[in-house]
Amino acid sequence: MKTYIATITVTLRRAILDVQGKAVEHALHSLHMPGFNDVRIGKHIELLLKAPDADTAKDQVEEACKKLLTNPVMEDFSIAINEQNAGVRA
Amino acid sequence: MKIGVVTFPGSNCDSDARYASTLTGNETVQLWHKDTSLPAGLDVVILPGGFSYGDYLRTGAIARFSPIMNAVTTFANDGGLVFGICNGFQILCESGLLPGALIRNANLSFVCKDVYLRVENTSSAFTNTVKPSSVLRVPVAHGDGRFTAPQDVIDGLEANGQVLYRYTTPDGAVTKEANPNGSMNNIAGIINASGNVMGLMPHPERACEPLVGSSDGVSVFESLAVHVGLSSAVSA
Repeated sequence: MKTYIATITVTLRRAILDVQGKAVEHALHSLHMPGFNDVRIGKHIELLLKAPDADTAKDQVEEACKKLLTNPVMEDFSIAINEQNAGVRA
Repeated sequence: MKIGVVTFPGSNCDSDARYASTLTGNETVQLWHKDTSLPAGLDVVILPGGFSYGDYLRTGAIARFSPIMNAVTTFANDGGLVFGICNGFQILCESGLLPGALIRNANLSFVCKDVYLRVENTSSAFTNTVKPSSVLRVPVAHGDGRFTAPQDVIDGLEANGQVLYRYTTPDGAVTKEANPNGSMNNIAGIINASGNVMGLMPHPERACEPLVGSSDGVSVFESLAVHVGLSSAVSA
């Protein structure tokens, strides 16, 4: 078993107005940064898990996302899986 | 009629809900989130307002996995009456007993004030003592009350008479200004398709005495008593 770091990004579904994102976008524009658009505010979740390989790890995290970590009625999510200390060992 | 009120860690309207339940002569029992079964002879389960589990992750997301929620889900699926108020509504949506979701208020602020609610369907177990198109004055107190669902779900709720309460002006007009949180179609409260599970963001249990400015909220508890009385008369 290897240890993986899962990084989960949760955002409101595209169909739902992200009022925080809109407010931040307006604030950026009022700070004379007109080039920034489509600002979206979300959540960042990190967790460690043990799994035999990265694909299994991703499947397990996806199940956790569907069951608890996100609400599919209002949120989308993306998952990044990295092996812990992979860089050190290489 | 016997009403059970669940106390989750972070519930803060459970005492008010029990008090309001007793006003119409009901027996009330306190239920604990760690209970795995409901007492015999229960007619109604109330999931009260508050901030269960600190609203961590999402409102209601952790409470829905409380041990008692399995029993509440079975109770609801067997036709038992379940009433979620504010955080209770959020828990019901998270648990899938009601459709849709309650997300951050459109103005990004916690809203705490009296609002006006037009009763849209007066034939339900929760509204049968209210005259059609009545407007009630009841307080809201929430930061995550914007009712949201895919458009086809909203259309279905509207077509089936499942929208029980809508935010309006005191005259019953549906306006953007009367909507405290940006809910789709000004929706404040809905019922499931079978008519036994209701969720409502405003707090009727906080509007049950003239002393606090309004007693319009009593109608929910009166309606439940009438409904349960009729049901037991039919079965007897």
